[in-house]
Amino acid sequence: MSENTHLHEEPSYLVDTGKRKGILAWLTTIDHKRIALLYLWSIMVFFIVGGILGETMRTELYKPGQQFYGPQTYNAIFTLHGLIMIFLIVIPGLTVVFGNFVMPIMIGANDVAFPRLNLFTWYLYILGAAIVVVSQFTGDGPPDTGWTFYAPYSTQTPLLPWAIYATAWIQILATPVIGITLLMIIAERTFHIGFFDPALGGDPVLYQHLFWIYSHPAVYIMILPAMGVITEIIPTFCQKQIYGYKAIAISSLAIAGVGYFVWGHHMFTSGMSKEAIWLFSILTFLVAVPSAIKVFNWVATMYKGSIDLKPPLLYAIAFIFLFMIGGFTGLVQGALATDIQVHDTAFIVAHFHYIIFGGVGFAFLGAIHYWYPKMFGRMYSNRIANIAWGFLFAGFNLLYFPQFIIGLEGMPRRYFDYLPQFTTAQQISTWGGYILAIGMIIMIVNLFRKKGEKATANPWGGKTLEWTLPSPPPMENFTTPPVVPEKPYNYD
Amino acid sequence: MNQISIPRDDEGAKLGMWIFIFTEILLFGGLFLVYAVMRQRNPDDFHHASQQLNTFIGALNTVVLLASSMSIAMSISAVQKKDKRMATILISITLLCAVIFLVNKYFEWGHKISISLYPGTDLMKELSHGYVLFFSLYFFMTGLHMLHLVVGAVILIVALVKVRMGLINEGSYMLLENGALYWHLVDLIWIFLFPLLYLVT
Repeated sequence: MSENTHLHEEPSYLVDTGKRKGILAWLTTIDHKRIALLYLWSIMVFFIVGGILGETMRTELYKPGQQFYGPQTYNAIFTLHGLIMIFLIVIPGLTVVFGNFVMPIMIGANDVAFPRLNLFTWYLYILGAAIVVVSQFTGDGPPDTGWTFYAPYSTQTPLLPWAIYATAWIQILATPVIGITLLMIIAERTFHIGFFDPALGGDPVLYQHLFWIYSHPAVYIMILPAMGVITEIIPTFCQKQIYGYKAIAISSLAIAGVGYFVWGHHMFTSGMSKEAIWLFSILTFLVAVPSAIKVFNWVATMYKGSIDLKPPLLYAIAFIFLFMIGGFTGLVQGALATDIQVHDTAFIVAHFHYIIFGGVGFAFLGAIHYWYPKMFGRMYSNRIANIAWGFLFAGFNLLYFPQFIIGLEGMPRRYFDYLPQFTTAQQISTWGGYILAIGMIIMIVNLFRKKGEKATANPWGGKTLEWTLPSPPPMENFTTPPVVPEKPYNYD
Repeated sequence: MNQISIPRDDEGAKLGMWIFIFTEILLFGGLFLVYAVMRQRNPDDFHHASQQLNTFIGALNTVVLLASSMSIAMSISAVQKKDKRMATILISITLLCAVIFLVNKYFEWGHKISISLYPGTDLMKELSHGYVLFFSLYFFMTGLHMLHLVVGAVILIVALVKVRMGLINEGSYMLLENGALYWHLVDLIWIFLFPLLYLVT
């Protein structure tokens, strides 16, 4: 533990101390911890909506033929499900909640560099979300196209800040490209400028390139902070120094670097030169290397550690397991020959959800269970959290694993109906979806009960700076800049 | 307010501006990519279409913007040397250059529009695809650049008012410096737009 054990007498950040009280104090806050919670609540609301949409799809797919809504509605619902889950939850998720809450504390700062801008982004996020929702009810009904719309080197810093740092660079490098693409779409629609519409002389494949130049790096925007979270959880619950600090930090940056140049692997079947396919394929295999380095380091950290199977570690272990399945099946698509077979099948759906939900989603849940005592100053029931985890893990695998099998057998993605031979697998999937929902409800209820005992400053025995502050932390994190005499994760 | 005070952080503000400029370059980078692809597919049409542009006005605007960048850079030195009057004059010169640029653009665009060389007209429907794409890109790229120029000018007007009020002084001139950085970006993008649209034939 560092020497910096302040005994603040100040009230926690959850207590209103300024002129404004209640909801107004929250809506005008520029404190990074409060903004993190604003994001957390909004993301949870969207997640519940997106999750319910997903469950209705599973129910529709329970038997071949139409159950209770038709193909057009099905298309609209998977589009909205994808939009909400990807753009409103998974892309911002970990960065805006835990990047906001924990990272400034971990590096000994009182707030982020631009606190007002930080709050402004939340308003932009809510505005964007509102437009997404409104657009479902205007024009010629909801869109039905799917979420893609085709047409400082320091060894004192914990590793989550490294992951967030790499993520920030991808966001800076990739987001403007989707920005200009959307501007071009607007110009095409309003002024009939032909960029992508073949009827106006444009090129639809060009749009696909620009879309994936953003959207593939966006996958790393999702997964890198998740890896950062896992890197924090594992040493704490194994009470062991992280294995390969430098390798983990560098691999985050390597993923960010190489990940920027692999977008073409989404378009192997859209028409591309042989040389381009070869290049994108080899780069895709290359980007798997730093991911594997991380997995080896996590497992090596656990080796001979004093493993304490608390809920956050259960989520972290589930992350490694699910992420490995998702990662390896990703390589099946990275190789051209096998990609042709699985392209646009349920195999993609399964792979995608293993990475996004099994990876990012489980890391998010692990992060909530890890930092919950710090954020709210209370503990939750470990037993109920473990039960919820069991439901989530079992439900998740039942839901998505059958999709790998029927995908290989030729079940296309985004289809409202299917042949009778897929019925059993589809029904297992649907039951898995319900079990997953039950787990989610148990987990949320457990966290919301607010019956747990008061959390101490460091309930898990963590070694990073946030655990030196009281739970919940005071409004001003550090009255004096903290002194960090040791390396992080120094458990020996 | 329920919050702690934010300490002034000039280094952070400048770094933030540089990162923002980085994203702006990538924003236009997407357009340059589209330009490159379309030019490579329609070399003859792009050649003929670009000859319709007035190289003299384009060159004049390049000189005007370069001069404006120089005067705004000098205005920072003037502020550092506590010369309020000189700073006012130099920022005003930059703003005057912005107006000259916009007037030139007005005549340029006005001429194109008067002879129906813009997307959506009947004349455009008769011309070949490459021709249409060139003028689509021309209006979109110069239009987006003009938007950036207007935003930059608004920032500099705010800076000018603050210089007059003494809020920007030798001890605190971050707004002016960041405004000037942004102005250089506006200049830089034009330096690329001018040869791509007017000169490469």
